[in-house]
Amino acid sequence: MTIALDRPGAARARSLRAPRPGLAAAAVFLVLALLAALWPALFAGDPLAADPLHVLEAPSGQHWFGTDQLGRDVFARVVHGARHSLSIGVAATLIAVGAGILLGLLAGLSHKIADEALSRSFDALSAFPLVLLALLFIAIAGTGTTSLIVAIGMALVPHFARVVRAQTFVVRRAAYVTHAVAFGAARSRLVVRHVLPNVLGPVPVLAVLGLGEAILLAAGLSFLGMGPQPPSPEWGAMISEGRGYLHVAWWASVLPGAVVTATIVALTVAGRFYQRRFEGRELA
Amino acid sequence: MIRVEDLRVTFQLPRRTVDAVRGVSFEIEPGECVAIVGESGSGKSVTARSLVGLAGPGARVDAVRLEVDGQDARRFAPRDWRRLRGGFAGLVLQDALVSLDPLRTVGAEISEVLRVHGERSRSARTRQAHRLLEEVHVPEPQRRAGQYPHQLSGGLRQRALIASALAAAPKLLIADEPTTALDATVQAQILRLLAERRAAGQTLLLISHDLAVVAQLADRVLVMKDGRIVESAPTKALLTGAVHTYTRTLVEAAAGRRRATGPAPGPVVVEATALRKVYGDRAVVRDVDVTVRRGEIVGLVGESGSGKTTVAQLLFGLAEPTSGQVRFEGQRFSGVPERARRPLRRRLQFIAQDPLSAFDPRWTVRRIVAEALPRGASPAPFLERVGLGEDVLDRYPRQLSGGQRQRVAIARAIAPRPSLIICDEPVSALDVSVQAQVLDLLAEIREQDGTALLFISHDLGVVRDLADRVLVMHDGRVVEQGPASAVFDRPAHEYTRELLAAVPTLEVPA
Amino acid sequence: MITAILRRAGAGLLVLWAAATAAYLALLAAPGDTVDAIVGDGADTPGIRAQIIQEWHLDRSAVVQYLDFLLRAAHGDLGRSYLLQRPVSAVIGSQLAPTLKLAVAAAVFGVVLALLFAVTARRLTSTAGLILVSTPPFLIGIILLSIFSFRLGWFPVSGDRGFAALVLPAITLGLPIAGTLAQVLRDGLDRALDEPFAVTARARGLRESGVLIRHALKHALLPAVTMLGWSFGVLIGGTVIVEQVFGRPGLGQVTVQAVNSSDLPVVLAVVILAAAVFVVINTVTDLAYLLIDPRLRRS
Repeated sequence: MTIALDRPGAARARSLRAPRPGLAAAAVFLVLALLAALWPALFAGDPLAADPLHVLEAPSGQHWFGTDQLGRDVFARVVHGARHSLSIGVAATLIAVGAGILLGLLAGLSHKIADEALSRSFDALSAFPLVLLALLFIAIAGTGTTSLIVAIGMALVPHFARVVRAQTFVVRRAAYVTHAVAFGAARSRLVVRHVLPNVLGPVPVLAVLGLGEAILLAAGLSFLGMGPQPPSPEWGAMISEGRGYLHVAWWASVLPGAVVTATIVALTVAGRFYQRRFEGRELA
Repeated sequence: MIRVEDLRVTFQLPRRTVDAVRGVSFEIEPGECVAIVGESGSGKSVTARSLVGLAGPGARVDAVRLEVDGQDARRFAPRDWRRLRGGFAGLVLQDALVSLDPLRTVGAEISEVLRVHGERSRSARTRQAHRLLEEVHVPEPQRRAGQYPHQLSGGLRQRALIASALAAAPKLLIADEPTTALDATVQAQILRLLAERRAAGQTLLLISHDLAVVAQLADRVLVMKDGRIVESAPTKALLTGAVHTYTRTLVEAAAGRRRATGPAPGPVVVEATALRKVYGDRAVVRDVDVTVRRGEIVGLVGESGSGKTTVAQLLFGLAEPTSGQVRFEGQRFSGVPERARRPLRRRLQFIAQDPLSAFDPRWTVRRIVAEALPRGASPAPFLERVGLGEDVLDRYPRQLSGGQRQRVAIARAIAPRPSLIICDEPVSALDVSVQAQVLDLLAEIREQDGTALLFISHDLGVVRDLADRVLVMHDGRVVEQGPASAVFDRPAHEYTRELLAAVPTLEVPA
Repeated sequence: MITAILRRAGAGLLVLWAAATAAYLALLAAPGDTVDAIVGDGADTPGIRAQIIQEWHLDRSAVVQYLDFLLRAAHGDLGRSYLLQRPVSAVIGSQLAPTLKLAVAAAVFGVVLALLFAVTARRLTSTAGLILVSTPPFLIGIILLSIFSFRLGWFPVSGDRGFAALVLPAITLGLPIAGTLAQVLRDGLDRALDEPFAVTARARGLRESGVLIRHALKHALLPAVTMLGWSFGVLIGGTVIVEQVFGRPGLGQVTVQAVNSSDLPVVLAVVILAAAVFVVINTVTDLAYLLIDPRLRRS
């Protein structure tokens, strides 16, 4: 017979198991989002076609997400918005990752005082509200899509720089790096052969997680009116526009919002899955 | 007191099932001291913890009979288990630094046991906690009770942990590797304390990987391997007439085996004079002289904090001495830029305690060993020398066992044909039977290549089995040195004598 | 302990100085003439331009300008909003109270909810937390608005009158914090419950809830305290958006307005203020650490 025992930590054992259905759903969603960004016509018609006879109609077989105040199909606008929102997110993430790697390596490989100064400022800046950092940049550079991208990228730099610097710091002092000294390897060789690959390994995973953050921030800023201007179908802007009709047509802003949430959840699920796989490979 | 028949424990892990214990039967009578001995993964801890219903998360426990304190524990609800824990059986784990809650005072931990077992008055609990600390010979119990585990020395911490396990006067004390994390002299003190308890009539279940430790205390020893008891006998009988081959390996390993001394030592390989290293205002190494000659194995012995690892770093050129100097093969090796050391680097190799962290996690064994070789040279012959087949070449270090990893580390160290290999606790993380094999391998390499070894260890037994010459370090100084036989048989320094007395040795009756 | 506090205070001043300097450099880096940048979209008359040049000492050397800026910032004088034609400190001072009220209410709500979730519903926390963290805060606000204000009419749609007007904004702002904090707490609890000291505690006959509350919770609080600084960042950033959604007056509104009209002195002041809050929170965090973990206290 079997004896029932306290099973503390069983919850943890469960959470370590990858949630397969969740992961599959996330993968499917991300592929669809990517397709929508590349070939929006595949899924939906004209996002700008107004139909004054059918304004603010509830979701139906014909208009999956309903119509907005100008009678435009909300679903078509969400699909076409994928291109705007995703490309803003990706571009901003690229800026953040690129600058973050450079600054992080610079700090992690330089001498004590420079490292201290740099990493302290990364720490301080990455604890600073992202929205404020981005707003500060926009206040100086003005509104618009390019400015929005750069602002988000700049706001996320400290975060990436901090992670890369921490990783560099650990790897540089890892036993296998000091060990390589035993084979007469020069410092530059150590950096190229051991430090760089081990530091850069986790970066793609971080970038996926960072992309979620960037899209979230972009939606927030364009909600505040700092992003692409109407009528271009950007997710944050759509939510903001639909807000005025909330009392009669919740779908015009809630459904685009749900798509933003789904995108970020999917990115996080995928990112964490690869993160776990990556860590598992390192430790198991 | 305890009757177990056909106990099986399986762990349901995310992707596989692990059979940790596969059909174990034994009994413990009141007043007895029973020991379970086995290597890591043998299921000894899980067996012991199953007796208090704490086999672990995700464990499934089956048994034909599981009688604890005269009750059938197979039908126990969590409540029933809780009644037994602490009161019937106390549990002492390995390292008190993490086995006592680091955020609570030692006194609070002890008085928690008393509270759970019904003592309502706070002042009575405090008084009892002081008395318990006194019983396990903690000096100044009032002051110590108010301190946190990290403020106590390893020995005092372990005593406090034992006091907390004894607080509710349990009939059975389960001690799971109670001395493993401790230095030899402290280990001896804790063993004396347990022996004292046993003499006072306490029933003991002792779990250890070290046969020499349990042989001093136990009436009966159960030897576990791969989840089964392979042999069970009274201690004396086990030591003299072990039936199972595995048990004989353990007995042999614990008794130790002197490896042959090498040929007459050749020219000086490394010479350090008047080494001194100061960190902040603490002198970690003070006036240490070390000379190692070709073909020699020199043992450097000391407890944690004695400065032996710092000496290794100074000799290896990872740290610069505050004063004194190191010469390697006649050339200056300290006080020069790394550039000047680089041409000599391949002649001086290093083997660390934890080989896993010494390998780049992204590299295969092939690439790891090839790093130590001239471009294009094949690593296969070196792996063959350390007893590994070609099949490991394309594996990653984490896919190897601890013993295999250490062999790869040795292959990498001998590949550049060094004149000296510094080994820092190279076998401390390995199971005893694997230890013996690695020591054999090191002895063989010295024999065949004439490579000198500086063998650093806290384990006197291991050093005695391998070294030609021994240096004993204490508080940053070398307090005694000489041929191994002289130091071990006729220790001159007080500290060496103390250290030797503390080492549990297996006196196998002839 | 006292030296520790002094050292932290010193480091805090350093951060403030860095923030002020960065803000000043940002002003210089703004495209176009500095006077243009300061004027922003405010009234642009030769009189005002002359006033700006005089107030900011733009006719003096860069070093004098910078030192003067620092000196005035130290006295709480952060310049003038040329859009609103009032001193920046007055603009901020008048809008501080509603924002503070919102932030504190949201923080309390978030922490309480996180604790409740992490301790009672450990398994649910992971999924719920992920969704909460991934949802844009304004969307949460919009959904709450459409259900509780438009549909049910329980709470006012906008404004800052009375407690009822505070409920939905505080929930909106507090939920993402609760999501993250609950996850951190849960991970911390799970890790602590697997530690040897938890096994020792169970072996004493302590019930699982006792192990959780008497031992594990304190350990789980350590990483959660680290999140404190981050949470306040989210709170401050979040107020900007939440105030917009609920039409609440406050610093967020002021900031958005200032950014939209490039009213730089106001934006800079908000940034410096946020830095000051950040310094205070970080000091509190460090002290909380010392309080919880005796291992960090060195005599």
